[in-house]
Amino acid sequence: MSPLLATGDPLYAFGVNWAVLLIVAVKVLVGFGGLLGTVTLMIWYERKLISGMQSRIGPQKWGPFGLLQTLADGIKLFFKEDLIPAEADRFVFKLAPYLALIPALITFAIVPIGGTVTLAGHTFLLQMADPPIGILLLLAMSGISVYGVILAGWSSGSKYPLMSSVRASAQMISYEAALGMTIVTIVLATGSLSTHDIVSSQANGVWHWNVIRLGVVPFIVFLIAITAELNRPPFDVVESESELVGGFHTEYSSIRFALFFLAEFMNVITMSAIMVTLFFGGPAGWVPNIPHLRWIFPILWFLGKTTLFCSMYIWFRAALPRYRYDQLMDLGWKKLIPLSLGWMLIVAGFLISPSWGFGLAAVVLLSSLVLSRSFDLGLARSSGANAVLPTVGERPIPGAVLRAFTDGEDQ
Amino acid sequence: MIDSIHSLPDVITFVVATLLILTGAVGVIAAKNPVHSALSLIMTFFGVSIAFIEQGAHFLAAVEIIVYAGAIVVLFLFVIMFLGVDRADEVSVDPLVGQRPLALAGVVVTIAGVVTMMSRAGWVTGAPALSTGGQPMQGGNENIKELGTAVFTTYIYAFEATAALLIIAVVGAVILARKERVVDEQEGVA
Repeated sequence: MSPLLATGDPLYAFGVNWAVLLIVAVKVLVGFGGLLGTVTLMIWYERKLISGMQSRIGPQKWGPFGLLQTLADGIKLFFKEDLIPAEADRFVFKLAPYLALIPALITFAIVPIGGTVTLAGHTFLLQMADPPIGILLLLAMSGISVYGVILAGWSSGSKYPLMSSVRASAQMISYEAALGMTIVTIVLATGSLSTHDIVSSQANGVWHWNVIRLGVVPFIVFLIAITAELNRPPFDVVESESELVGGFHTEYSSIRFALFFLAEFMNVITMSAIMVTLFFGGPAGWVPNIPHLRWIFPILWFLGKTTLFCSMYIWFRAALPRYRYDQLMDLGWKKLIPLSLGWMLIVAGFLISPSWGFGLAAVVLLSSLVLSRSFDLGLARSSGANAVLPTVGERPIPGAVLRAFTDGEDQ
Repeated sequence: MIDSIHSLPDVITFVVATLLILTGAVGVIAAKNPVHSALSLIMTFFGVSIAFIEQGAHFLAAVEIIVYAGAIVVLFLFVIMFLGVDRADEVSVDPLVGQRPLALAGVVVTIAGVVTMMSRAGWVTGAPALSTGGQPMQGGNENIKELGTAVFTTYIYAFEATAALLIIAVVGAVILARKERVVDEQEGVA
């Protein structure tokens, strides 16, 4: 078996032939096509739900319940004039929307949508890909997706989008660490990176779901971190309308603008699906014993759970005020990263033995006390009269020598 | 050098990865705009990642993208945008005295070293990992087990020394940055 192929999928167990290739192609087409279709529904759902929460009616003119509104908007945007600012970096400006869209599509490939299905003698997973790196693909792709925002803002050659880019890059780095740490916790408990293994280890009932098995803390940290990675409210300082016009997509119009929104909503669906996979057992759930239809119930469970999380994102947007930029950084660095790191140590300890677990818990508790004391000291210092500490030691190279060395540039 | 043990897909993957790496590397130094250089660097990282996957090192491939493309280049871009140096560089003045001769000497030494190494050892780039006797490494989990075992047993001292070094670097950076601010505020230079 080639190392490039997915290892977990029984489809590849007997080598690759045309039937296998066909199944893979159909899986990919159905998966991505379904995702794109769901995105249009998602946009309609968000507008409809949020208008309900704000005592408005929302889209209603096109199709039943306004279902075709997204399609109408898409057609409208497609025929609008495509403007590129004179100051823009043209190549990067055109590239950025795709950099935002493609990671959202790729991440969805590792989500297990259902169990295994046997069709015409071939058994396969209802999951587009089960690569050996598994859930690390999520981290890699969320790392890439920020380039869409950063480069769009920078290449616009305009000041508000540029500020949005700077914010996006800082926010991205701040929250990726906490995200990675919670994923490590899950991987520790599962003993595997593959999303299929993560899901099947949670299959034996609600008490085995990671959200309960690992304590609720990793889930909460993951939820906050992934919302910040998505730049969704209440962490949408990147496109805060009251400060930055529209943020990174201020200068975009026509189909490129539409691509950004497609990417955002696709990300919401993908990340909801990832959360279901990591913490809520994915397609796990009660399956009634109906012959020939047993395979459909996991899919329904998966869709139901994912819809719940999509609704939660919309609820966030309607209910929560936007974080200030410095509050966002505080939350990421001072609370989420220490919390996720400490919880990871505790879980790792309990995986070895209870005594290790309690020992590490005590250590974590002690160090968090020290940490909170140091935060207090830091806060008191920066607001007091002596806001600046006295100088520590001498510079290794004297200032005059340094200036001569750098050709007098920093004068 | 391509032996007969390499299948056609191996060769194609190797050629594609190498082209990505080299194009990106040339782009980093050839692009006048720092942001374009950073983008070329990402391309190089993707090429390296493909090369890692080809050798069965899936975990390293993922880490390459997560850490380098996902965090470090983002940090580069943050600094570039924050300092506002995202214009085409003025290259007629050397920032450091004697920069060009030193760079030239560095290039000569590096090339000489690479040529010496290639003439001495029978290395074939693109071959499956040598440590596993020519077999591709196992899937993701065995990857991590091997790496974890190596880092926490064989290379434990190097690993801990690296960790200590990084912490020293962070503390040092904080102290240097803080001192700079104090000097500026006292002298009123700002």
